[in-house]
Amino acid sequence: MHEMSLMQDVLEIIEDAAREKKFGRVKTVWLEIGALSGVDPQAMSFCFDAVMQGSVASGAILEILHKPGLAWCMKCGKQVEISARFDACELCGSFELQVTGGGGMRVKELEVE
Amino acid sequence: MCTVCGCSDKRDGRYRKVKGGLHFGRGAAGLHVPGMSQSRLVQVERDILSKNDAYAGNNRSMLAERGILALNLVSSPGSGKTTLLTRTIERLKGGVPISVIEGDQETSFDADRIRETGVPAIQINTGKGCHLDARMVGDGIRQLNPQQNSLLLIENVGNLVCPASFDLGEACKVAILSVTEGEDKPLKYPDMFHAASVMLINKIDLLPYLEFDIGKCLDYARRVNPDIHIIRLSAKSGEGLAEWAGWIGHKLAACRIELEPA
Repeated sequence: MHEMSLMQDVLEIIEDAAREKKFGRVKTVWLEIGALSGVDPQAMSFCFDAVMQGSVASGAILEILHKPGLAWCMKCGKQVEISARFDACELCGSFELQVTGGGGMRVKELEVE
Repeated sequence: MCTVCGCSDKRDGRYRKVKGGLHFGRGAAGLHVPGMSQSRLVQVERDILSKNDAYAGNNRSMLAERGILALNLVSSPGSGKTTLLTRTIERLKGGVPISVIEGDQETSFDADRIRETGVPAIQINTGKGCHLDARMVGDGIRQLNPQQNSLLLIENVGNLVCPASFDLGEACKVAILSVTEGEDKPLKYPDMFHAASVMLINKIDLLPYLEFDIGKCLDYARRVNPDIHIIRLSAKSGEGLAEWAGWIGHKLAACRIELEPA
């Protein structure tokens, strides 16, 4: 369950932003989670309230933006969408794919006051 | 209707962009009044792993400056990582200085086993944590203070899920899969086999007693990572250890630095 420690990192990023941009309370947190990032968005939601408790983001709403997994197929020379690292190219069935998107996760934006 | 730009009041859980600008009329009143308390949007755009990655970057440059090859060994619990480590150390320690960072939730049993081989080792206990992170490893490296032009072996917590996401500053992740675990592990834990540069198939001396389809295992591993380098070995019988030691030797040569005369 590394989602818990990732959520601690989210909190650190929020606290850094609170110091820099001078806000006292976070109402909404938007996280972007890639389909190939290796985290379970549900587990992230599960940890969110527990980790944010007592912080500037206590009681905030978590909004998760899902980003699709994208890969470049060496055989087709085209970009295709994949949902897991073991997926084949939907056009030609090849596994010679280079992941080009959806591997990351980031704190996008905050609604603050 | 909003009195700022005329957009609909319907809330979709997301702010609405207005022709390249931000909509500030989304407060309780639906409009922006200067001087009145109103929430605002702050763009952050930071990778969640950016803190870990910054520590990993520091570790990587510290290792490169000293010509140290760091390998991050990852596997399920019970794949034979520690036995493989002790055999690897026995084989290589005459030729290159070695140090070891051992990661486990609790106990120092593994570091004790490594120290018995005569090389320095420190144990990092993660407590409730399921993986090593770059900050822990940085502290470990400073405490171990490995020699220049040496080999640093990092045995991660036995777990094929979480350690995949955390860069420690290593040169490569090495995934160990033992034949008693089943050939479908690369598909069950694709993120880890994708992140690894090398897969070691361990305990191959047991193959005659198992229904492990090695061809399928290789195929599955290459599906998630077409470039993965695969070595079959048995830490117990010693088969394949020469190939593994040769691979490490090749990598060591690539990261060696010229030492200044004393």
